[in-house]
Amino acid sequence: MKRKLVVIGAGMASGRMLEQLFDAAPDAYEVTLFNAEPRGNYNRLMLSPVLSGEKTYEQIVTHDDAWYAAHGVDCRFGEPVVRIDRKNRVVYSGSGGAPYDALVIATGSAPFIIPVPGKDLPGVVTYRDLEDTQAMIDTAGKDAVVIGGGLLGLEAAAGMAARGARVTVIHLMGHLMERQLDPAAGYLLQKDLERRGITVHCKGATKAILGTDRAEAVLLEDGTVYPADLVCMAVGIRPEVRLANDAHLEVERGIVVDDALRTSDPHIFALGECVEHRGQVFGLVAPLYDQAKVLAQTLLDQPAMFAPVQTATKLKVTGCDLFSAGDFADAPGREDIVFRDPGRGIYKRLVLESDRIVGVVMYGDTADGAWFYGLMKDGTDIGPMRDTLIFGPAFQGGAAPDPMAAVAALPPEAEICGCNGVSKGAIMNAVAGGACTLDAVRACTKASASCGTCSGLVGQVMALASGGEVQDTPAGLCKCTDHSHEDVRRLIRAMGLKSIPAVMQELGWKTVGGCHSCRPALNYYLLAEYPLEYRDDRQSRFVNERNHANIQKDGTYSVVPRMWGGVTTPAELRAIADAAEKYNVPMVKVTGGQRIDLLGVRKEDLPHMWADLNAAGMVSGAAYSKGLRTVKTCVGKEFCRVGTQDSTGLGIRLEKLMWGSWTPHKLKLGVSGCPRNCAEATCKDIGVVCVDSGYNIVIGGAAGMEVKETRPLASTPSEDEAVEIILAVTQLYREHARYLERIWKWMGKVGLDWIKAQVVDDLANRRALVERFEISQSVYRRDPWADLSTPTETPKWAPLADLTLEAAE
Amino acid sequence: MTVFVDIGSLDDIPRQGARLVRTAQGCVAVFRTADDRVFALDDRCPHKGGPLSEGIVHGTAVTCPLHNWVFDLNTGQAQGADDGAVGTYAVRVQGGRILIDASLIRRSAAA
Ligand code: SRM
Ligand SMILES: Cc1cc2nc3c(=O)[nH]c(=O)nc-3n(C[C@H](O)[C@H](O)[C@H](O)COP(=O)(O)OP(=O)(O)OC[C@H]3O[C@@H](n4cnc5c(N)ncnc54)[C@H](O)[C@@H]3O)c2cc1C
Ligand code: SF4
Ligand code: FES
Repeated sequence: MKRKLVVIGAGMASGRMLEQLFDAAPDAYEVTLFNAEPRGNYNRLMLSPVLSGEKTYEQIVTHDDAWYAAHGVDCRFGEPVVRIDRKNRVVYSGSGGAPYDALVIATGSAPFIIPVPGKDLPGVVTYRDLEDTQAMIDTAGKDAVVIGGGLLGLEAAAGMAARGARVTVIHLMGHLMERQLDPAAGYLLQKDLERRGITVHCKGATKAILGTDRAEAVLLEDGTVYPADLVCMAVGIRPEVRLANDAHLEVERGIVVDDALRTSDPHIFALGECVEHRGQVFGLVAPLYDQAKVLAQTLLDQPAMFAPVQTATKLKVTGCDLFSAGDFADAPGREDIVFRDPGRGIYKRLVLESDRIVGVVMYGDTADGAWFYGLMKDGTDIGPMRDTLIFGPAFQGGAAPDPMAAVAALPPEAEICGCNGVSKGAIMNAVAGGACTLDAVRACTKASASCGTCSGLVGQVMALASGGEVQDTPAGLCKCTDHSHEDVRRLIRAMGLKSIPAVMQELGWKTVGGCHSCRPALNYYLLAEYPLEYRDDRQSRFVNERNHANIQKDGTYSVVPRMWGGVTTPAELRAIADAAEKYNVPMVKVTGGQRIDLLGVRKEDLPHMWADLNAAGMVSGAAYSKGLRTVKTCVGKEFCRVGTQDSTGLGIRLEKLMWGSWTPHKLKLGVSGCPRNCAEATCKDIGVVCVDSGYNIVIGGAAGMEVKETRPLASTPSEDEAVEIILAVTQLYREHARYLERIWKWMGKVGLDWIKAQVVDDLANRRALVERFEISQSVYRRDPWADLSTPTETPKWAPLADLTLEAAE
Repeated sequence: MTVFVDIGSLDDIPRQGARLVRTAQGCVAVFRTADDRVFALDDRCPHKGGPLSEGIVHGTAVTCPLHNWVFDLNTGQAQGADDGAVGTYAVRVQGGRILIDASLIRRSAAA
């Protein structure tokens, strides 16, 4: 007599298993097949081509009615199983039971729904089956938001975009597909998607789905709102284990199976995404096919063992060429080989461990993917070919990355010389017209004739035009790149690069993640260039700026609250005193910058102390920042018998306008009420010396390693105009100086006259600078202490774990 | 065989960042790289005791925040011209959890 086999779930895994079973022994079992979906088995992987219109549903059906009939399968489609009665060996759906001798659970996965308000509104779907796909096809001409920038989310986004929807992808992490890709490849992918009109929002946490009767928009934690007629949640899957749980089978993350795919009940088997095998769960189809083969043998009482192999990932978005395989996680002793060709948008990276490939990421040119994958799977010793490995199997001998690629890719209108507004095209024309030395180009175009910092880039453009060598380039920003600070900045602007991985990819960085010199500089250049779009990268900041406190030699920190213009109140002093006592501060010191330093604070106390100081109305004094530090003032005409203007008031006004701003190096101001200059304004980066007739603005002072006296920038009878000029010169400095260059140094290169022409004489330019400063301040005039002492942030300041406590127990 | 103990979730450490674990033999810095590799090193720079956990993480290296010595996270060795090393500990990630060499507890219990 035929044994009775019941299968729950007509998906990819069980379908393949049934094929194998019927092939090997057509008459061994009488099969009953339940499926929650109202249809039989189709190729789930091909839903994306159906979504984008490249295929129809009919084309992706793997088993049709005739196939089931030919094998005598009792099909119960549209009938989800609700209970397994293990004692009597019967499974039940809503409309009846089916007895079994052997039972196979193949229920796949359930998409994860993030628990935000609005998640149950009509118009919110996942991406798993044909119904989801149809809902997404119907978004043509409408707004759609995909939450989740992994494989599935991006296929959904690209498919909807192909159908003519306006699509936004919201992704929690810093770059797309972070599980398969590193930041550089993630950046290239993002660029490709943006080119097809898809908006990508990384580091975006969904707060709620808005709408009354159905989804209308998605609200993020940072306040951004995206309109959405349809919201697709593609944030992950988890094994569908509810039936197994209810039946008290052994379940961890998935239904636990042994090597023969047997569950903890000898009559019940499981395979597919619902299982966990030796601690591993599955999300790609290749290992499931191996499981299918093994389970078919097990059901026929033949010995068989399942052993998973590594699988490679490809994104099924036409035109996005990416390949990723292997494991990038968790093992000491690994090394990288990286290849970048910015001009062609190519990126390849191999992760090696003791001369074996353990991971491959490729973008833009994936032709060699299979070859690397083979070497990885076979554990081939690549030692002998290590030097040329990255160039692939065809390579013997050449093709190093081209340092000129970035310059070659610039459009002719890209500005090369910022001081004189000279474009790449103008320089190319000059060379074509016979100018063959830098001096000649300088004479006829004015390129690099002012501050001269663009000489390197001009030289590269000339070399490009003449097909010759790059001449006397200035030193690179750091060992990771040959581009100078100035060139990097110009290229960021000209090429519209908006993230650190973007800069590293497009400008051909030689290292994987940069270094401690270039990362803080890039972070500054990007936030200065794109104040509204760029998100500050805390991990690319020096410890003091990352932790918003100065680190001390013993690893404790100092805390300096702002005292606007050096003025304080009894209440503030009391709060400072209380904080000093509460957190056992070993030293309280008056600084050279007219405020109070609490030295020796433990890291885990920082957020608590900040919260206390915030409560008393105080904010961070940024005594650690390459940004606005102090505005020193003297008492001025309000009290002083010889004061000419309200220097204290002006100082406070400036500090309130400028606090929180990031600048290339630290920025200190001083305002003195008369030429006696008690606020030492003439050795500050920007100073004001008040006189009877108004305000003398001076810049370029310093009193650190070099003592510099300021030089006069402008005089004005109006306080408002003085403020305007100061903000404008600050913005000019922000936009043009090298990272870690104080005003005096920058002034030495560009010349006081040029600065004057920009901010004193050219009124329209001055206003534009002030406006850009204000735009940036609309983001950065914000207390980091308040942001970092919230209930979610505060625990992050303490150690992750305390093993000394565990030992004591 | 190394026995491991759970110290937290991978998500508790920012990419290109580190968190501390207190042990009886001093603080251990647990680093997470941009591509989710995890390393554990003593949190004391051999130069002048700088807290490596507060350094900038780049590739599989960290720069000490006090005087910019650079250490390889794999080996704990100082790079370039600087000479010195810090201890490293076995650590791994399993199911999104970070596990560290449990002898860090045991040794302290014996002490
Ligand atoms: C606290 C303070 C000393 C004091 O007790 O008075 C101080 C302390 C430090 N200064 Fe300063 N400077 C302090 C006023 C000054 C002044 C005087 C002033 O601002 O009027 C100067 C000279 C003026 C100038 O900047 O031109 C000054 C010139 C420097 C320099 C040299 C800068 C230069 O361009 O040459 C450095 C090093 C650097 O920035 O690279 C420095 C760096 C430092 C650092 C941040 C060292 C470091 O990198 O860790 C010290 C941090 C100690 C801490 O943990 O708090 N400090 N430092 C003063 C804080 C003022 C404030 O309220 O924010
Ligand atoms: C859009 C999309 C694209 C993909 N692309 C790829 C790719 O390119 N490469 C790759 O390797 N993988 C891809 N995958 C993943 C791949 O589809 C899965 O790994 C595979 O389908 C899992 O097979 P399975 O049989 O375990 O589950 P499924 O194929 O999901 O089948 C499970 C079936 O069980 C049914 N079911 C659940 N509960 C019950 C119940 N109680 N009673 C009855 N029936 C039930 C479900 O309705 C479903 O039909 C993709 C997935 C999706 C959704
Ligand atoms: S003068 Fe030197 S020692 Fe004194 S606070 Fe400034 S940096 Fe530190
Ligand atoms: S203490 Fe680490 S480099 Fe000096």
